Formats: sequence, C-alpha cells, structure tokens
Amino acid sequence: MSMQSLPRLQHILASGVVAAVGLRVAWISYTAQPSEAFLFPRLIATVFVVLALWTFAKAVLGWTKIGHGISTGQMVKLAPGLAIALIYIFWAAKAFGFYTAGTATFFILLSLYDPAPHNEAKSWIKRAIITAGYLLVMYGLFAKLLKVYTPREIFF
Amino acid sequence: MEFLYYFADVFTPLSFGLLLLGTIGGLILGATPGLSPTMAVALLIPFTFHLQATQGLILLGAAYTSTVAGGAVSAILLKIPGAPANIATTLDGHTMAQQGKGAKALQLSFLASAVGGIFGVLLLIFLTPLLSQWALAFGPSHLFWLAILGVTVIGSLDSASVVKGLLSGCIGLWLATIGFDDIMGAQRFIFHPSLGGGINIIAALIGLFAIPQVLTMFAKGRQDNDAEVLVVEKHSVRDAMREIMRRPKALGIGTITGSIIGLIPGVGGQIAGLVAYDQTKKFSSEPEKFGKGHSEGVIAAESANNAMVGPSLVPLLTLSIPGSPTAAVLLGGLLIHGIFPGSDLFDNHPDVAWTFINSMLIGQVLMCIFGLYVAGLAARVAQVPQSVMAAIVLGLAVFGSYSVQSSMGDVYVMAALGVMMYFLERFGFSAAPLVLGLILGPIAEANFIQGSMIANATNGMGSYFLSGALNIGLIVVVIASIGYSAWMELRSRRYTSKEEIIG
Repeated sequence: MSMQSLPRLQHILASGVVAAVGLRVAWISYTAQPSEAFLFPRLIATVFVVLALWTFAKAVLGWTKIGHGISTGQMVKLAPGLAIALIYIFWAAKAFGFYTAGTATFFILLSLYDPAPHNEAKSWIKRAIITAGYLLVMYGLFAKLLKVYTPREIFF
Repeated sequence: MEFLYYFADVFTPLSFGLLLLGTIGGLILGATPGLSPTMAVALLIPFTFHLQATQGLILLGAAYTSTVAGGAVSAILLKIPGAPANIATTLDGHTMAQQGKGAKALQLSFLASAVGGIFGVLLLIFLTPLLSQWALAFGPSHLFWLAILGVTVIGSLDSASVVKGLLSGCIGLWLATIGFDDIMGAQRFIFHPSLGGGINIIAALIGLFAIPQVLTMFAKGRQDNDAEVLVVEKHSVRDAMREIMRRPKALGIGTITGSIIGLIPGVGGQIAGLVAYDQTKKFSSEPEKFGKGHSEGVIAAESANNAMVGPSLVPLLTLSIPGSPTAAVLLGGLLIHGIFPGSDLFDNHPDVAWTFINSMLIGQVLMCIFGLYVAGLAARVAQVPQSVMAAIVLGLAVFGSYSVQSSMGDVYVMAALGVMMYFLERFGFSAAPLVLGLILGPIAEANFIQGSMIANATNGMGSYFLSGALNIGLIVVVIASIGYSAWMELRSRRYTSKEEIIG
C-alpha cells in the first residue's frame, strides 16, 4: 500500500463508521416505539444520514480534502499511551482504587514518554518525585478539598 | 446601571479569592502550549460544583479571560502560541523577544489585552440587558431555530469542512437525545447501562476537549520540549504605557475588530487576532515594519483577542448561543447550576449575572497586573515536558468526570467520547459543533416538541415553524452562514490548487 493511498482508505473507514452509526440511528428513530418519543431524533437522523452518506461518497471517490488521517508512525507512538490510559480508565481505576491506579498510570506514562534518558538514575529519581507530587496534589484536591469519595478497592 | 449594585459582591473574601486563583491559574495554564482555554475551563467545571453558582462562574470567567491573555507569554517567549487566539501575537512578539525586547512585548501584550478586554466587557454590560429583553418576544419556534442556528453557525464557521462541521453538530444533537425521553419516558439509544441517565454534559465536555489533547501529546512520542525561553530583560511598565498611548490606531482597530468578531457566534479569537493584525497593518504608516518586531502588531493582536471575550458572551447570556467553544463550556457551567440564559438569568438571577459580569471587568485589571509580574514564571511552566502535561491532564479528566456524580459511567462516557473525538479530528471533524449540539440539543428538542403541539392545535407545522418575520430571518441566517462558509471553503481550495499548480 502506497503512502498516498493510506489517508484515502482511512477516510473511507472513518466516514464509513460515521455513516453506519447514522444509518443505525435513523433505523431506530423510524422504527422504535412509541414513535412520538422519536419525533426529534427522526428529524436529526435524517440530516445526519444525508450528511454522513455525502461524506462517505466523497471519501470513496477520493474527493476528501480536509483531514490528514493518522500515520503509522503516529499510531506506533500513540498506541502504548492509549492502551495504558484505557486500561486505567476501564479496569484499573475501579480494581485498584483511583489513587493507586492513577499514580501507577502517571508513573508509567511519564516513563514511556519522558524524553529524559532511561539509563540514568537521576531521571528516574526525578520521575518518582514528580509522581509523588502528582499523588499529593490529586489527593489533596479531590479527597481533602472536594471530598470526593472515589472507589478505593484493594488499596486506596 | 443595575450592574453597579452588584460590584461589592465580587469583593467578598471567597469570590475575590476565586477571582485571583482563576486569574493566576489561567495565566499559567494559558501560557502552557497544548492547554487551550476551552480545555482549561472544561477541566475546572467539576471544581465549581461545590461552590455557589456565582462563585463557580467567577472562577470560570477569570480562567477564560486570563488563559487567552496568558497564551501570549509562550507566543512571545517560545514562539508557540498558548492558544489559537495568540497566533497573530507570535508574528511580531517573538521577533521583539529575539531583539531583546521580550519584556516590552509582554508588557504591551498585557496592557493591550486589558484595554481590549475592558472594552469588550463594557459592551457585554450594555448590550446584554437590551438583547435579553428582546429575547422575551421569542416563542418555541424561534427558540428552536436559535438552537439550530447555534449549531450550524459554529458547525460551518468554526470547521475546516462545512459538511463535516454540520455532521459533527448532528452527532452532538443525536448524543443529546440519548437516555429517557422527557415527555413519554421512553428509552432512547441506551446501548450501555452507563448511558441510562443520558450523557452528562460535564463529562462529555472534559472528554471532548481534554482527551484529544492528551492523545495528541502521546502521538508526538518522546519529544523533548526543546523550545528555548528567550531571556527577558527589564523594561519599565511606564514606558510600555507610553508606547501604548502612542499607538492609538493599533489599539483602536484591535479593540473594535475583536469586539465585533466576538459578537458573531462561531468566529473565535484566532480570527479576531489575525483580522485585527491585518487591518492594523493596512492602516499603519509603517506597514513594512510588521513581522519584524513592530509593537503595533502585538498591540493589535492582543487587544483584539481579549476584546473578543466579553462580546462572545452576549449571544450566550441572552439567546443561549455561545459565541465561542469556551463560551459553550461556560453555558454548560450555567446549566449545571440550573440557570438558563436569557431573560430568566437577568430577571430571576440578577445577582449571579451581574456579579459574574462585574468579576470579568475586575478580572481584566487583575490579569494585567499579574500578567506583568508572573509572565516569567508562566514561561517556565510552559517548558514543562508534554509527557508530564499529558499525564496530569489525563488524571484531572478521570477524577474530574468522576466527581460530577460519583459515577464510573461518566468516566467511561468521557473516555469513549474523547477517544472518538481524537480520531474524528484527524479526519476533519470538529469538537466545537459537537459540543454545541450536545448542549443545545435539549433546548432545541423541548422547543420543537412544544412548537409541534401548538402547531397541531393551530395551522400546522409548516405554517408555525416556517412563517413569520423572525422565523424567516433566523432561517435565512442559518442558510447564509452555511452558504458563506461553503463559498469560503471552495475559494480556499481553489486557491490551494492554484498554488499547487504553480508549485
């Protein structure tokens, strides 16, 4: 696959997903009961589908001019951070408690994306201090100041 | 002159403390590249839950004002605009800093911001009550068209692609219908238990504005924040004031251009700064100096982007149409306290409305004073590595969205919308119209249903929604904004392709 054809394929995929969502929304809006409850969604869904199909058709024909898609290089850099963030949000925050999971996630993300060298003790000490500061600020803000009771589970 | 009665309310210890906090924090956040004013205000909303409506709005308003001004610090010292509104400031501001006039550029930017900002807030003070009284004449059909106008204007004017902007608005309007229908109690589009109560606006705002920024920073990888902070040499504030007085044309053009652009929904500070810069250059006696470190460039750009702030709240506070994405977030901040813009705000909550507006006036002065002294610190903060910034924003987004209703469902919705928006933005979709659709959706639907009931009892839907001077006027504005944006988009594409041919 050439580099030039990648954004076009991506545009087709992205606009295809949006069009599929639009069609599903329209289908539900026109078939679900009681129909009176779906009066406004029907109005929205009609415009949604027309615009989504137009966008999809433009992508298929290669007429899309706006949006550069996402390159393989960007995806490679993004993927670990995105995966860690999603694990934190959808599993670890509840399983380990907000503060434990949040602090661990912060430290892992910092270690992954911090440009400082990984083979120097000094940079690891710096990361640990920044992480401890982060934990203190978040705990102070949310637990002490705002008194938000977050899931604590096995740790805190 | 009703606003004068509420001036003292700004000076209660808590309100004034929040104003100071919002101003200083906003200056620092604004100076940090990657943290937009909209995102900063969205992340602050959870902190306002525990405050009274007035105090919450004071904090948000102060942050809005000072993040726009704070963006000039990194624009001048790092050549990285803190916000899109500061792009024009970079053109001459950074060159001045390279010439050893960084302190002067910063002083001019904060003084010009304060002048523009104060003028903008005065416009807000005098225009808002007039428009809110006019808004009393609006019936359900007009309010429906106004809500649609809010979505289409931002969808078409704020997006690179008109169709994708409008499509983003449609997605937002659809998302607003998720949950239980208010009249029939029917379930609509509840694909997951987290969506049972509908989409929480605050969680959605945080997700849509914060998560794409976090992912954008991740996508840059282990990138060093190698922007070099230029050394700021001392410069007398009095000399900067004299310089401002010597450049009334630049200050006037910037302030008036910013104020007018702020009144037009959907046209943000970026346009205000660039248009003011361009106009000042055209009318200047020294146009050849622009781009080479000319003080008029900084004065025009900064007075314009702050003059835009106050007027951008006029359509929001009177007609529920936010003038900018940040104003849309402020609308969310109003709605969570059960306050609806329009005549309701000024008739039933004059204390909230006027104390908030007065705080913005005082906030401009504070922003100028602190800006002149914390600019150096803000520039240091702007050098914080993106890895740290991304991890902090992610943490604030998770804790902030959870704290709204102590619900993990809100955190899931925040994350899902944020990740979706990141990928949609890569393909030309825009968060601003989506947010507008989400916020204005319930207003549009409630008035559409109410209007349908009236229409069915009278002359029918077509006659009720499509006739009458006000309805027709609003429809014409909707069509005109879409048509104008489509024309501009086509023109710019034609221009690009011509460039490509020449190239």
